[in-house]
Amino acid sequence: MSTQESYVTEDGRTIGPTVMEMKNITLRFGGVKAITDISFDIREGEIRAIIGPNGAGKSSMLNVISGFYVPQEGEVWYKGKKRPPMKPYQVAQQGIARTFQNIALFEGMSVLDNVMTGRIRQMKSGVFSQAIWKGRAEKEEVENREFVEKIIDFLEIQAIRKTPVGRLPYGLKKRVELARALAAEPSILLLDEPMAGMNVEEKEDMSRFILDMNDEFGTTITLIEHDMGVVMDLSDRVVVMDYGKKIGDGTPNEVRNNQEVIDAYLGVAHD
Amino acid sequence: MAVWPVEAGAREEYNLAQSSQATGGLASFPALLQRNATLFAEKTAYREKEFGIWQTWTWAETEKEIEALALGLINLGVKEGDFIAIIGRNRPHFYFAMVAAQSVGAVPVPVYNDSAAEEMKYILEHCSARFAIVEDQEQVDKIIDIQEHLHQFKHMIYIDPRGMRKYDHSALHEYSRIQDQGRAAYDEFIKELKTRREKLTYDDTCVMLYTSGTTGKPKGVVLSNRNVIESAKNSAEFDNLGADEEILSYLPMAWVGDFIFSVGQAYWCGFCVNCPESPETMMSDLREIGPTYYFAPPRFFETQLTNVMIRMEDSGDLKYALFHHFMDFAKTAGEKYGMPKRSLAKPDMKRRIKNAWRFAMGAGFAVEALVENAIRLFFVKLRHGKDARKHFKAKDPIGLNLYSGSVRDYFKYRMGNVLVYGPLKDTLGLGRVRVGYTAGEAIGPEIFEFYRSLGINLKQLYGQTEATVFVTVQPDGEVRADTVGVPAPDVEIKIEENGEIYYRSPGVFVEYYNNPESTAATKDAEGWVATGDAGFFEPDSGHLRIIDRAKDVGKMADGSMFAPKYVENKLKFYPDILEAVLFGNGKEYCVAFINIDLSAVGNWAERNNVAYASYQELAGHPKVLDTIQEHVEAVNKSVAEDPMLSGCQIHRFLVLHKELDADDGEMTRTRKVRRAIVADKFKDLVDGLYDGSETVSTKTEVTYEDGRKGSISATLELRDAKVFPTVSKVAAE
Repeated sequence: MSTQESYVTEDGRTIGPTVMEMKNITLRFGGVKAITDISFDIREGEIRAIIGPNGAGKSSMLNVISGFYVPQEGEVWYKGKKRPPMKPYQVAQQGIARTFQNIALFEGMSVLDNVMTGRIRQMKSGVFSQAIWKGRAEKEEVENREFVEKIIDFLEIQAIRKTPVGRLPYGLKKRVELARALAAEPSILLLDEPMAGMNVEEKEDMSRFILDMNDEFGTTITLIEHDMGVVMDLSDRVVVMDYGKKIGDGTPNEVRNNQEVIDAYLGVAHD
Repeated sequence: MAVWPVEAGAREEYNLAQSSQATGGLASFPALLQRNATLFAEKTAYREKEFGIWQTWTWAETEKEIEALALGLINLGVKEGDFIAIIGRNRPHFYFAMVAAQSVGAVPVPVYNDSAAEEMKYILEHCSARFAIVEDQEQVDKIIDIQEHLHQFKHMIYIDPRGMRKYDHSALHEYSRIQDQGRAAYDEFIKELKTRREKLTYDDTCVMLYTSGTTGKPKGVVLSNRNVIESAKNSAEFDNLGADEEILSYLPMAWVGDFIFSVGQAYWCGFCVNCPESPETMMSDLREIGPTYYFAPPRFFETQLTNVMIRMEDSGDLKYALFHHFMDFAKTAGEKYGMPKRSLAKPDMKRRIKNAWRFAMGAGFAVEALVENAIRLFFVKLRHGKDARKHFKAKDPIGLNLYSGSVRDYFKYRMGNVLVYGPLKDTLGLGRVRVGYTAGEAIGPEIFEFYRSLGINLKQLYGQTEATVFVTVQPDGEVRADTVGVPAPDVEIKIEENGEIYYRSPGVFVEYYNNPESTAATKDAEGWVATGDAGFFEPDSGHLRIIDRAKDVGKMADGSMFAPKYVENKLKFYPDILEAVLFGNGKEYCVAFINIDLSAVGNWAERNNVAYASYQELAGHPKVLDTIQEHVEAVNKSVAEDPMLSGCQIHRFLVLHKELDADDGEMTRTRKVRRAIVADKFKDLVDGLYDGSETVSTKTEVTYEDGRKGSISATLELRDAKVFPTVSKVAAE
C-alpha cells in the first residue's frame, strides 16, 4: 500500500506508516447510531484531527479508540494486529493515553501526584515492597519521578508542582491532564478538546505544547477540536464527521475546500 | 573616602583613585575565577533549581564549564573586542557565558529578556553584536525576526533545545554542543585562550549594560574591570560580605545591580549564587534558599506585605489578634532587639548556642501567651460569637509582669520572635537575611518599618548604572525610610546650585558606547557625573535625601516648586494605589492619574460584596473612587505641611481604566513611568482634568502580550479633591 511508506512533511517531520486503522466502525446505543461505518487510519508521528459539528460522534470515536466503547460492527487494527475487545486499562497498557473533555483529575491530590499516576504502567513493584519502601519500589519511584519532572519542566508547570489540583484554574488543569497523559509515554495520545474554554493566550500555549510534544517525543496525536484555526494550523490530516458519518478526510487544505464539509459547518437542510 | 563638600585636595585624591592598581593581580573576572577555583574549589558557586532539585556547580566545576564554553567560542570565531548579546532569565549558564566571553576578550552585553524584537534590534545594531547567547525558542524567534537588519550578526547559541529541531542550524548552535566542541578543540585553542586571558587589564571593558531608557533610546554604559571590581570590593567590605553568603538572583540580568551582586561581588567574595527554577516559582525558591544577602525593589516588599496582610485577614481569630499585638510592639522594639548581630553569614558554635538560648528565652512565655489568650478568646467568643474578632485584643502573659522596663521588652520581643516574627520571616523567605537592600524608588515608611521591625536588616541605597550601582548607602544602625544614606566608600558627592547631585568614584563608567555627546553631557573632564536627580544633604545626619528627577522638578504657574515624584510616592504608599502620575508643570494647579492595585482593591471588593467583572469596572466603581479620594485628600494634607511643596496638592484626579504597562510604552521595563508618553497618550484626560468636565469618554490602544493590538474605551469620572492651606511646621507643632 502506498500509504505505508514514510514521508517527510514540509516542516521536516517524518510521518511513519499506519499505526492504527479503524475499519468500518459502527457504534449504536440502543436504537441510536452514534457512528455509522467509519474508516480511517492514524499514521505514526502525525497529528490527526477529528472535527465536526456538535453531536457528530467525535468523542464516541475517541472512546472507541481508547477502548471505552466497543463498536457493534467493524474492526480496530493496532500496530498491524486486529485488536480484540478490551477494557480501557488494557488499551492504556498498549500505549494509548488520553485526556478528557471534562477534566478527570484527582482533585485532592497535588499536581505532582496526579502526574505520577500516569506512570502506573511503568511501575512493576508489588504492594508489599511499596509498603515497606525498599528495594525496587524506591528505585522505581526515583526513576519515575525523574521522568515526571522532565514533563513538568516541559509543560512549564513547576510553579504548581505541590498545589492541589482542585485549587487550579481551568487552563492549568487541562495542562496537568496533558502532563499525566504524557507521563504514560504513550505511542498514541488522544486529546479530547484540549483547547475548549481557553482564551487566546492559553490556546497558543497549548498549541505550542502539542507541536513540541509531537516534535520532541515523536508522539502520535489524535485530537478533537472545535477551533478551526487551531485545527488547520496544527494537524497533518483531518477527519470530518457529521451525524455519525465521515464526510471528509485529508489534509487541512483538501478538507477546507470540500463542499460537504462546508455545508455541514454552514448548515444546509438535511434530507 | 567621602569628601563633602568638595575640598581643594579632592583633585589629587581622584587621580590617586584612578591610578590604583588591581589587588594581587586580580584585574579581571577570568583572573578572579582562577583564584576562586583554587581557593574555594569544592565550595558551591552556582545553584539552579531544575527538575525539582537544586543542581549545583562548585567553583572548580564553574571554571571547567567556562573554559569549555570559551574554547567553543574561539572555535566559533569570536574575536577580541566582539560584543556578545546575552538574553535570558537568570541561569548559571548565562553567568558562565559572561565570564567566558570576557575570557576570550569579548564584551558581554546582557539584554532584557522581555524586550520586544524592536528594542533588541536597536541594541544589537547599536553595539554591532556578532554573536548572541539566548535562552530558548522564544528568544531565537525574536532574533530571527530582526536578523535581516543586522548585517554583522553571525551566530546564535541557545540553551534550551526544545522546539528547535526544525530550525536551520547553519548559524544556530546548542550551548552544550558548543562546549563539547570547545572540549574537543582543547589542544588547538588552549594557548590562544590563555594569551587572550592574560592580556586583560584593569581598564579593559568588563561589561556593557544598556540603560532602561526613561527618556529616548537606551544608551550603552561601558564599565571597565576597574569599575566593577573596585565597586564590588568596596561594597563587600562595607557590609562585611564573606564567602558564606547565599543570594538569590532573580532580577533582570541586564540590570547593573544583578551584574554586581551575581557576578561582581560573587566573584570577589566567592559566595554562592542561586537561580530560581522559573520566574513563577521565585517565592518558594526564595524560601528554600533563605538568602543571607538580599536585594529587591520596593515594589517587591510592597507586594509581599500586601499578601501578608490579606492572608492575616483570613486567619483564625487567635492568630489575627496575636499578629497585631506583636507587630504593634515590634514597631517600637524591633530596631533595638531584633536586628541580626552576627557579622558572618554562617553562625559559629558560640552564636548557635546564643541563638538557642534566645529561642529558649521566648519559648516559655510563648506557650503561656498562647494558652492564656486562647482561654480569653474562648470566653469572648461565648459572649460575642462571630463578632469575637472585633472585641478581642491579645494580651501579654501574666508571667511577663514579673519583669519591668527593658528586661520585659527583651523577653517580649523574644516571645514575639517565637510566635510571630520568626515564622513570618521564614514564610517570607527572609529568615536568614543579614543584609538586605532596596533601591530604585522610594519605599513607603510603613513598609520599611514593617520589615525592619521583624528584625530584617533592610537598608536603602542610591545608585546608578553609570556609578556601577553605589552612590550612597545606609550604614548599619543609621537606617531611615526617608534618606538614602551616606556616600559609599570611595565616592565623592557634590550638590549644584539647582539641587542636582554629582558624584565621582572608581566606579564611574568609562563612556556611553558610540555616543560621545551623551558621555560629555553626563561626565565632565574631572570625572564628575551628573545623576539627574535633585536632592540635599541633611545638615545634622549627613544623609542624602532625594526629592525628584532634576528635570522633572518644575515650576507651577505661580512660581512655586513642582516635584511630582514626591507626591506620587506619598500616594503609592497606600496599598490600594499601584501607580500615580502627577501633572502640573507650568499650570495653575496639579492633577493626577491613579492606577489601582488590582490584588488589594480586588480583595477589598470581595470582602465588601462589590461585584466587578474587569479591571476597568473595578477602577470606575464609585466606592473605589471614594476610597481613592480619601487617600488623595490625606496626601494633600501631608503635602500642605511642607511649605516648599505645598503647591503640589492634587486639585483634581481620575482613576485610569487600564494599568500602565511597559508593553504599551507607558513604563520602562524597570517599571518607571514615562511621564511624557503618558501625558501625550492620555492628552484628552489631562485636558478634561483642567477644563473642569465631570466625565470624559476615551479610547485607548493596548498591546497584548503576543504583540497584537486592541483598544479599550471607557467613560471616566473626574473628581475634585479637597486641598488644604499651607501650614508652616512651627504652627503645626
